[in-house]
Amino acid sequence: MSPKLVLRRIGLGLLTLWLVSLLIFAATLALPGDAAQAILGREATPERVAALRAQLNLDEPVVSQYVKWLGGILTGDLGESAATQAPVSELLSSRVGDSLFLVLVSALVAIPLSILVGVWTAMRRDRPVDHVVSTGSLILASLPEFVIGIALILVFATGVIQLFPAVSLLGPDQRAWDDPQVVVLPAATLVLAVVPYVSRIMRGSMVEVLESEYVTMAGLKGLSRRTVIWRHAVPNAIVPAIQVIALQLAYLAGGVVVVEFVFSYPGIGAALVEAVGNRDMPVVQAVTMLAAGIYVGLNLLADVATILVTPKLRTAGR
Amino acid sequence: MSDQTADRALDRVLTEPLPPPGAAASRKRFAVLADAARLARTRIGLAIVAVLVLIALGGPLIAPHSPTEFIAIPNSPPSGDALFGADALGRDVWSRFLHGGSSVLWLAVASTILGMVVGTVVGLIAAYSRNWLDDLLMRTNDVLLAFPQIIFVLLAVSALGPKLWLIVLTVGLTHAPRVARVMRGAALEVVERDFIKSAEVVGEKRWRIVFGELLPNVTSPLLVETGLRMTYSIGLVAGISFLGFGLQPPTADWGLMINENRLSITVQAWAVMLPVIAIGLLTVGTNLITDGISRALIGLDRKGGE
Repeated sequence: MSPKLVLRRIGLGLLTLWLVSLLIFAATLALPGDAAQAILGREATPERVAALRAQLNLDEPVVSQYVKWLGGILTGDLGESAATQAPVSELLSSRVGDSLFLVLVSALVAIPLSILVGVWTAMRRDRPVDHVVSTGSLILASLPEFVIGIALILVFATGVIQLFPAVSLLGPDQRAWDDPQVVVLPAATLVLAVVPYVSRIMRGSMVEVLESEYVTMAGLKGLSRRTVIWRHAVPNAIVPAIQVIALQLAYLAGGVVVVEFVFSYPGIGAALVEAVGNRDMPVVQAVTMLAAGIYVGLNLLADVATILVTPKLRTAGR
Repeated sequence: MSDQTADRALDRVLTEPLPPPGAAASRKRFAVLADAARLARTRIGLAIVAVLVLIALGGPLIAPHSPTEFIAIPNSPPSGDALFGADALGRDVWSRFLHGGSSVLWLAVASTILGMVVGTVVGLIAAYSRNWLDDLLMRTNDVLLAFPQIIFVLLAVSALGPKLWLIVLTVGLTHAPRVARVMRGAALEVVERDFIKSAEVVGEKRWRIVFGELLPNVTSPLLVETGLRMTYSIGLVAGISFLGFGLQPPTADWGLMINENRLSITVQAWAVMLPVIAIGLLTVGTNLITDGISRALIGLDRKGGE
């Protein structure tokens, strides 16, 4: 039954994305008055308005507008930015790389770190360390990302300690990995936002595993504590955490928006904020579609991974 | 499994697991709150929130200056006239701080209420109907859940402009499917119970069963969810203002203050620090209360389960 369940899940994901595309397209319909005029503002020359009308196919029926727009998205033709008149794909291509780099760095730090924290606190359950970490996680998890980000700027980029740049300035041809310093604080912000959730799940599942008979058995066999923990307990405890990890990666698709803005990091999140301010609909639509795609895709991955590692679900019907 | 399980919150993760619905039945409903109030974390949370609400609502009464009046050189340091100095435009930081809290509060409360009402109604109806309506509601949920909340709000703002009603509407509507999922899950177990069936047999109207029988038995998850949504609402609403799409200048607003002064953070940190600390404390406070309530629920559950 397993492949059927997985296929069903993928089908649902595609259906969701299609409905999402309808919703994103509908945003242009919601613009007050003439969409092209609304996007460009009152000062726009009639030629620009006419050009944008043509690009958005505003003179055609709504259905064919949508079909052409969706066709463009699917074939990578994202149209032109209403603000700069540069092709949207060109505008976003370098920024996508910078955003992915930021997310990748954050994930590579956050995932091992939260597993370590989870294991460590599970082994010291109900001791002072455990209480301190759990209170700390509760506080961190309450804070909005921009509060964490600005707190980091205040501590590490202004005043007494000036370790890292407060603003992620890059030259026009520079990419984030050319100057890794600019990534440190934005990545640290995302790490601090993600770790409380994953470590909490990891701790819970590790506590359960540590109480299981096979862990006791492994200990009784005379295996070293280290072997018991890392070879027997952790691999089993990680399974329930997989889904949460994937969900947290999906969360990053939204989380980068505010964090990139805080640090003026040149990624797609900051581009989205700028585009929203300019009512640059082609850019807004491309970025929101991309974010939704990543979000749905990672959720799908989380569910599929869970189906594959859970024997009960692997054989379940529905 | 078919749910788009994607809330970053994975809401239950940080709060304790919920007791089975109905555990804290009607008479005990308020005992939960009394129990929660005995926990240190709830008290600390309540104290923090009380102080901040007092500042937000009473602040304008004690502000020494008008929030829009230019009183000093931009970014000037604290002085006798301006307790925390002047902001990037030369307005009194302290007065703007005292005036800037109420907007965050009412926007967050309004969107939480909207999200809770819509989400609870949808979740309970879905749980009770369990037919095509359930499917339809849950599929609609999936679509809304495919957006990170902030992205959905930004999409709406790009089309309709930075309107306050739009922020309440979109933040509330993006809460709703997440709330609905939780409430549906909680209600599914209650629907199976005998008293629902007997109400059906007696011929009670369906809406009476949903809101008269079902709703009172899911108050525990409802309370916890409300607290959680309030915490997220504050972060979202303040975050949107911080991005520049909430309250518009020259209004005094905590989120907007951070936006206006972030570039001069090295010379005048107070103008950023005060609102950041206030927003941070407010979310920590509401989350501590939420955590206290969910812990009290577990305690109650144990006692009630004898």
